Amino acid sequence: MDLPVIDNAPAKSGGCSTGSCGSTASQMDGMPDDIRAKVQDHPCYSEDAHHYFARMHVAVAPACNIQCHYCNRKYDCANESRPGVVSELLTPAQAVKKTLAVAATIPQMTVLGIAGPGDPLANPERTFETFRELAQKAPDIKLCVSTNGLSLPDHVEELAKHNIDHVTITINCVDPDVGAKIYPWIFWQNKRIHGREAAAILIERQQKGLEMLVARGILVKVNSVLIPGVNDEHLKEVSKIVKAKGAFLHNVMPLIAEAEHGTFYGVMGQRSPNPEELKNLQDACEGDMNMMRHCRQCRADAVGLLGEDRGDEFTMDKIDAMEIDYEAAMAVRAEFRARATAELEAKRNKAHAPKLPQAQVVQFMPRAAKAVPEAVPAAPVGRSVLMAVAAKGGLVAVHFGHAKEFLVYEASATGAKFVGHRKADAYCAGDDTCGDAESTLDRTIKALAGCEVVLCSKIGYEPWGNLEAAGIQPNGEHAMEAIEEAVAAVWNEMLAAGKLTAAPAANKVA
Amino acid sequence: MALEIIESCVNCWACAPLCPNKAIYEAAPHFLIDADKCTECVGEFADAQCVAICPIEGAILDELGTEMNPPGSLTGIPPERWAAAQAEIAAR
Repeated sequence: MDLPVIDNAPAKSGGCSTGSCGSTASQMDGMPDDIRAKVQDHPCYSEDAHHYFARMHVAVAPACNIQCHYCNRKYDCANESRPGVVSELLTPAQAVKKTLAVAATIPQMTVLGIAGPGDPLANPERTFETFRELAQKAPDIKLCVSTNGLSLPDHVEELAKHNIDHVTITINCVDPDVGAKIYPWIFWQNKRIHGREAAAILIERQQKGLEMLVARGILVKVNSVLIPGVNDEHLKEVSKIVKAKGAFLHNVMPLIAEAEHGTFYGVMGQRSPNPEELKNLQDACEGDMNMMRHCRQCRADAVGLLGEDRGDEFTMDKIDAMEIDYEAAMAVRAEFRARATAELEAKRNKAHAPKLPQAQVVQFMPRAAKAVPEAVPAAPVGRSVLMAVAAKGGLVAVHFGHAKEFLVYEASATGAKFVGHRKADAYCAGDDTCGDAESTLDRTIKALAGCEVVLCSKIGYEPWGNLEAAGIQPNGEHAMEAIEEAVAAVWNEMLAAGKLTAAPAANKVA
Repeated sequence: MALEIIESCVNCWACAPLCPNKAIYEAAPHFLIDADKCTECVGEFADAQCVAICPIEGAILDELGTEMNPPGSLTGIPPERWAAAQAEIAAR
């Protein structure tokens, strides 16, 4: 049985003033048509799109004009996956060549971003030379850029000129006292400036840049790093302000801090938020803002679908050996894009086809209830449940032991809502390396804390038992089904079995 | 009077475009300063520009070998704290 996905687009229901409530489908609904058209094949801006479309970053921008306490400028590593890390720095000419090679090999790749490893706009010559060349040679690739914002106001004109219609600004605070705990210094007007004064300048420039971009119709996503005890409560205010100024999406990411990364936060023992803290904050901000939940915090030289990195296939020596016929590639790419867009459109339409008569539809979204007080649920209904899914391409399609990550959905009477992801160590290598399996499995189970069900295409006997013992129900009965439908089906089974009236059985994982 | 870039340089390119004398050049394994051209920005800027933007403590020295950005001055990590963290990691 399918669970109805309730259409709560603001204009129709009048129940949601935020335009950002509910399921994946309604995240897109909250956007005006022109924005939806711009982001429907951008994996970082549309949760739907990230199952189909891929992105790449080219590391042409090594210089930075600020220091953040979560960043170590010495970092250069092949085995780490997080922002600011790269394996090889490229010249603009190399970056163009790499982009064409990837685009010709991976037709899903629709977006080229420059995100460092420093700040792209602190390297304007290298960044804009890359954009200029690509706009000419690969007009079918969307260009975007991610910046700390300090020099953004100086470059808005040029960004508009190169047809860059997506910009991400990292805004961690709007209060210089908070900023002083995040940014030790900035380089500004030929001086290194420290502390609160530095943060005040940075904040002022970020906000000005945001306003200028919005005024020119360039889409702005705001990234924020959630740092417990530093800006956690404050980010709610940040979210309100950037939304009011016209940012269309807010991406709150968890701080990554380990002593071995050599960052201030890592060395000083600043802790990272746990998944529950992250989700609670995202939920709190969501009343005001479209929230991005599918960010994988990728490297500044990542290649491929979010959550995968195919960078190793495209090192400069391998690219030099490739022959690229970009004209031919563009035809293949156009064909792929048309097919994927049609599939996405069909999926969206299906999600909106009402499956129950209107009278039976009850809105349980807290915001909707707030806005329309009379729409209080009439009958008792099951609580929401977090379910982890070993997924690929929008389907329950991965063996539990092979999953590198799990997508987390919140299932409730209103349908399946994507709320985040958890990284897992794929423990089953199927060979001699299995010796370490037990501890890796334990780590994976720990990463799933808070989830009551895990859906996968298949699962072995041993992990089944361990998951059950940890209070997580494995489920392999929905292999190759669409995620939302599978999650809704499992929720309905739990509801029918009377498992959703009581509070969840305590998770037995720490 | 000239500054010097040493091996802890991470080749981030931040300094080179700022130099008013074009004294900084790309080299392997790291950027270098042409001592004949470097004026330490005296008369041009209040602070030597490469020193003011360099993110790596200890990567730029003056003629006496003094670290222009001493340990802890850029990251805010007290040197003893850094040493303790390194020792802890090494002991794992």
